[in-house]
Amino acid sequence: MSNPYARLPGWADYGLIPLVNLLVAFMVAGLVVLLVGENPLRAAVILVDGAFGSGPGIAYTLYYATNFIFTGLAVAVAFHAGLFNIGGEGQAYIGGLGVGIVCLAFDHVLPWYLTFPGAIAAAAGAGALWALIPAYLQARRGSHIVITTIMFNFIAASAMVYLLVDVLKPPGSMAPQTRQFAEGAQLPKLTWMLEAFGLSLRSAPLNMAFVLALVLAAAVWVLIWRTRLGYEIRTFGFSPKAARYAGISETRITVVTMMISGALAGMMALNPVMGDQHNVSLDFVSGAGFVGIAVALMGRSHPAGIVPAAILFGVLYQGGAELAFEMPAISRDMIVIIQGLVILFAGALENMFRPAVQALLAGAGPRAAAVVAAKGGDA
Amino acid sequence: MAEAAIELIGIDKSFGAVRANRDINLDIERGTIRGIVGENGAGKSTLMSILYGFYQADSGDIRVNGMPAVIRAPNDAIALGIGMVHQHFMLVENFTVLENVILGAETEALLKTSIARARSELERLEREYGLEVDPDAIIEELPVGLQQRVEILKALYRGAEILILDEPTGVLTPPEADHLFRILRQLKEQGKTIVLITHKLREIMAITDTVSVMRQGTIVATRETAKTTVEELAELMVGRRVLLRVDKGAANPGAVKLSLRNLTIRDSRGVTMVDDVSFDVRGGEIVGIAGVAGNGQSELIEAIAGIRPAVSGTVMLDGRPIHVTSICDPGELRDRGLAHVPEDRHHVGLVLAFEQSENCILGYHDQKQYLKGPFLDGDAIIADARTKSRLYDIRPSNPRLRTANFSGGNQQKIVLAREMEQDPGVLVVGQPTRGVDVGAIEFIHRRLIDMRDRGKAVLLISVELDEIRSLSDRILVMFGGRVVGERGPDASEGELGLLMAGVEPRDAAA
Repeated sequence: MSNPYARLPGWADYGLIPLVNLLVAFMVAGLVVLLVGENPLRAAVILVDGAFGSGPGIAYTLYYATNFIFTGLAVAVAFHAGLFNIGGEGQAYIGGLGVGIVCLAFDHVLPWYLTFPGAIAAAAGAGALWALIPAYLQARRGSHIVITTIMFNFIAASAMVYLLVDVLKPPGSMAPQTRQFAEGAQLPKLTWMLEAFGLSLRSAPLNMAFVLALVLAAAVWVLIWRTRLGYEIRTFGFSPKAARYAGISETRITVVTMMISGALAGMMALNPVMGDQHNVSLDFVSGAGFVGIAVALMGRSHPAGIVPAAILFGVLYQGGAELAFEMPAISRDMIVIIQGLVILFAGALENMFRPAVQALLAGAGPRAAAVVAAKGGDA
Repeated sequence: MAEAAIELIGIDKSFGAVRANRDINLDIERGTIRGIVGENGAGKSTLMSILYGFYQADSGDIRVNGMPAVIRAPNDAIALGIGMVHQHFMLVENFTVLENVILGAETEALLKTSIARARSELERLEREYGLEVDPDAIIEELPVGLQQRVEILKALYRGAEILILDEPTGVLTPPEADHLFRILRQLKEQGKTIVLITHKLREIMAITDTVSVMRQGTIVATRETAKTTVEELAELMVGRRVLLRVDKGAANPGAVKLSLRNLTIRDSRGVTMVDDVSFDVRGGEIVGIAGVAGNGQSELIEAIAGIRPAVSGTVMLDGRPIHVTSICDPGELRDRGLAHVPEDRHHVGLVLAFEQSENCILGYHDQKQYLKGPFLDGDAIIADARTKSRLYDIRPSNPRLRTANFSGGNQQKIVLAREMEQDPGVLVVGQPTRGVDVGAIEFIHRRLIDMRDRGKAVLLISVELDEIRSLSDRILVMFGGRVVGERGPDASEGELGLLMAGVEPRDAAA
């Protein structure tokens, strides 16, 4: 009786409501487009066509999505323990340092398939260590993790500027970045995947890191719902008091969960560093850590939701770039506004239309409502 | 026949597929006290929420003093002279009595003039109904009995002629409850109409004129209180005959299993909650700790169970110490045979968002039978939950159902099943039947007695004095963090009540 609303069936909870939120976000975005004097319908067509209309378009969309799967999973794992990891940006940046070191050391001696595991371990390790410090401070000193992870983003950015300018830059170069990696540290592109659908990749950077991201999505599902550690993480996330009662150590769960989260964020660096640019450059993360928060929110912290949400944001990035190119009135900043609206409606206001949808489904008659409730109970 | 103050005609209310109220017809006569009893989930609170405007009925009519009434929000109810005293007080703790009384009823833009007028009105009400409270006292410094009086004053200040009280005695000592009943009788004599919602049948017998029994959303009977019995009401509530007294044999105490010496506990602000407490619990006996909520019982059992650190003192389990002065690992205590049914099953004993089967292993999730390496053994966990559902009659028997969707009684059975099936040597139980329906109470009491008869040590705390008296072989009374007395199971309610209120009976040996 404490919850006067009946639970919604799964298809409405995970399908209908995100769809409604998305439609509203695009309608408001359409108004913005209208305001700058462009045709919102044409803008929508350009956006979707830019993201899905060609082989390279799809490849770019999935390339961006790869970044967001890594960072979305990172945020989601921490969410399950009730921790809000805003430090994905910094963890990914430091992860790039790990990738860079391994690549610079081995790119001339090892083939890519041997460099890759080393780079994965280095990326995960560097990201995990960067998350360890805020986790320890929260668990032992009560410093709030939201504050410390934000601060650690700035520390990571400053540290990387120093390293790239003063340490990693090859002598004589003007650019604040490492030297280009040799072939032994370049991930193969997924040309075969697009060719299977009769599409060409051309210069688009979709690479092996996408496959790794999908594997990790499955691994996160197993971790959270099928392991003892995942059980402890969820117990702690739902009720820290119940966790203490059950003999689950708050310190251990906070530290371990944040390190897993940091490792996932750190591995994001593999995609741009090994898969696209083949160097470590300034600001290669470019906001993916923050987009991960929106992706995790929209995907309900479930890998099956995070992957589509990441692809949606990939569409906004890739289609948005096309849109800014085709419609000069719509600048890069306008694209950011549209992304912001999606985050607003799908993330922050995700429950705004819930009562209306519930009333609608309940209004379909007591019989339908009974069916709804019964299904809700099983879900 | 007196005129009806409230008439409810054909009230229906559904939440999704659940029909919380169906075709309720109820007349409450002016100037009487009406009791409404029923198990949890019978629809009492929903019905009163409809009357007070928190919910809208799906169909049906409400008449107040013979006039059709539309109640869309609590303000409509207040305008019609209906006041409500909630189970959990709705008071601003750091405001004064006067400020709380006028909250939401400020008449002027400037507070000063409202306050002056309210003060004289409040003083008139206090005189008229014998409800003395210092208008300038800060709420959090008042005992709960007086806080409740402020709630009643709030309703009267708003011109309430009809007063609804939801479980009003849950937090009161027996003397405070008696005082409340005197106030209610006085209000009745002044012509007020009172609706009393409770699950304590003895209160119904003591104070009401008529009583209506609810079961599964309907009113199954209305009786004149003088012409009914507790047994009949209990049977009407549950729908079958209920054993109200637990019959149990004499205790057969064995060796000391749990031993406390000079235990002192402070809360996070440094306030002493448990002060130098020492006692033993032997195998084969139930030791009950009586006391009004907030006198240190909760902190005591949390410290024994290893989830709250003590400042000083020792606790021995089977002759070996527990590290109570630092947070110790409750998992280790479980391994040593101490099981704990916490007072707060919603936040501590269960994770409501989990499936039932997941809650059946909480705290025992590192045991081999539930694991395959680092992975959970899903089949074993489900099978385990099915077994426990069968043994403890947990309904519905669906291990995959979210725990929040079980009723209070069944949730409590999930906790009890988990802790008792480990066959612990010592069982520490807090509020085993809070929010649990009558039928399940009988079952839970039976199980606790069984534990005792199998030679286990049981430490019980409960705010229900009846429960303590009917289950315990020895009763310790806590007041202000200290054990102020020990009595046998035959101690009278009056004697225990005085101890619970901190008054040492004159004839008691110190």
